[in-house]
Amino acid sequence: MSGTRAVHDPNSPAREGASEVTVRLVGEHALLVELDTGAAVEALHAALLQRRETGDLPPVREIVPAARTVLLDGVDDPRALAAALPSWDVPAVPARAPETVELPVRYDGPDLADVAALWGVAVDEVARIHAEAEFRVAFCGFAPGFGYLTGLPERYAVPRRATPRTSVPAGSVALAGPYTGVYPRSSPGGWQLIGSTDAVLWDHARVPAALLSPGTRVRFVPAGPAVRS
Amino acid sequence: MTDSAFAVFRSGALTTVQDLGRAGHAHLGVPRSGALDQPAARLANRLVGNADSAAVLETTLSGCALRPRRNVTAAVTGAPCPVTVDGRPVAWGAPVRVPAGALLDVGAAVAGVRSYVALGGGIATEPVLGSRSTDLLSGLGPAHLADGAVLPLGAETGRHARVDTAPQPAPPAELVLRVTLGPRADWCTPQSLKTLTTRAYRVSPASNRIGLRTEGPALERAITGELPSEGLVSGAVQVPPDGRPVVFLADHPTTGGYPVVAVVREADLWAAAQAVPGTPLRFVL
Repeated sequence: MSGTRAVHDPNSPAREGASEVTVRLVGEHALLVELDTGAAVEALHAALLQRRETGDLPPVREIVPAARTVLLDGVDDPRALAAALPSWDVPAVPARAPETVELPVRYDGPDLADVAALWGVAVDEVARIHAEAEFRVAFCGFAPGFGYLTGLPERYAVPRRATPRTSVPAGSVALAGPYTGVYPRSSPGGWQLIGSTDAVLWDHARVPAALLSPGTRVRFVPAGPAVRS
Repeated sequence: MTDSAFAVFRSGALTTVQDLGRAGHAHLGVPRSGALDQPAARLANRLVGNADSAAVLETTLSGCALRPRRNVTAAVTGAPCPVTVDGRPVAWGAPVRVPAGALLDVGAAVAGVRSYVALGGGIATEPVLGSRSTDLLSGLGPAHLADGAVLPLGAETGRHARVDTAPQPAPPAELVLRVTLGPRADWCTPQSLKTLTTRAYRVSPASNRIGLRTEGPALERAITGELPSEGLVSGAVQVPPDGRPVVFLADHPTTGGYPVVAVVREADLWAAAQAVPGTPLRFVL
């Protein structure tokens, strides 16, 4: 990202090979940094955390990565930070090796057959393809401890269910768009359910409360009788 | 349960425990939560000698009634309402002494929506991620009050304020929300942005702690595609598919995929917490 400039025109062309960064002011105390790839979001997020730790970032209340943006909220002087940020030298790879979490999963979801049809593969193949992927928590949202995991090849993106379920059980492993997610608690939901895990994604009495946080690497490890080796 | 507690005699329509919220966890999907009318909650605490960060009760329209098990100083702020102790009228917006076993009744709001009830020592439910606030979106913090529930109280300092009544802003007859445009103003047509900042809206009865919903002219999108989910702030004016702007309040989701075309100034959000359904509403630049 080094050497790019802040642009306020979203239509300005991205320079070849460089990750373009657009900084948008959000009210009086926040700014939204827009990047062109999920990898650039991860790199900037890691750099922001690093800078916060070393005192090289003005005080901020929240640093919220998302699909293509990082939100900085509770900033005293967002204009000054917006002006400075695009000239930062952001390492492409986070300095620290991210934590890896293995989630045991039974591929027994009610939408397995539908997902297999969408992918154009046999039902058994869904588990194999999913368990082979290396996932990363791109961001959290929807509910405390719900991570949006990227890592499946693009061709495996699926739409949400036409009719959302009124109740999805806690521990459901589900797909929507390019993402995999695990429901931390029972809630309504429209994602395609392919499996279930006994892992506790969120426990506010535990430190840390969230099993998955932005940047965490995740592997799904097949368990139980639904997967034949 | 020790004697340092109170029993809920009448829980009211929706009464929750609130403090200044659990900031710093938005990246995990945890809303900030906290009192919707923060100046009123802080004032109530100061009147009874609590720290600003102590937990208070936030009522909704119909008040609540409590029976403390020890002598306690109480103060009611925010939406004006009749306050009685064992049936005798006492001051609103000032510290009042409630003897052990007496009934503190916080009546229905005569204006505004949310009254704040501070009790000396503060409400001492177990904090979750550093806050006692009830978060109605994600279910963190204590459950909303139920008749017969007993909640613990902290130790009183004994240094309550010596005032007869503290000045407080009246709930708004018309809600004027000053906004700055962006970050996704370009997702609405220029004409729609003009509509937003010039036409009359009303506060919808579907409003809650998550967002102030509006009735009025729908905004038209210039970009109809899907916006990848991005982080949200309090005061964000989001345009959902029906085009009626929603102003996000304390229990708002941490990320969202509908465009935020403007953001309300923080200083104006407290008044939004007190605007009853039907209140005329204007967004101004």
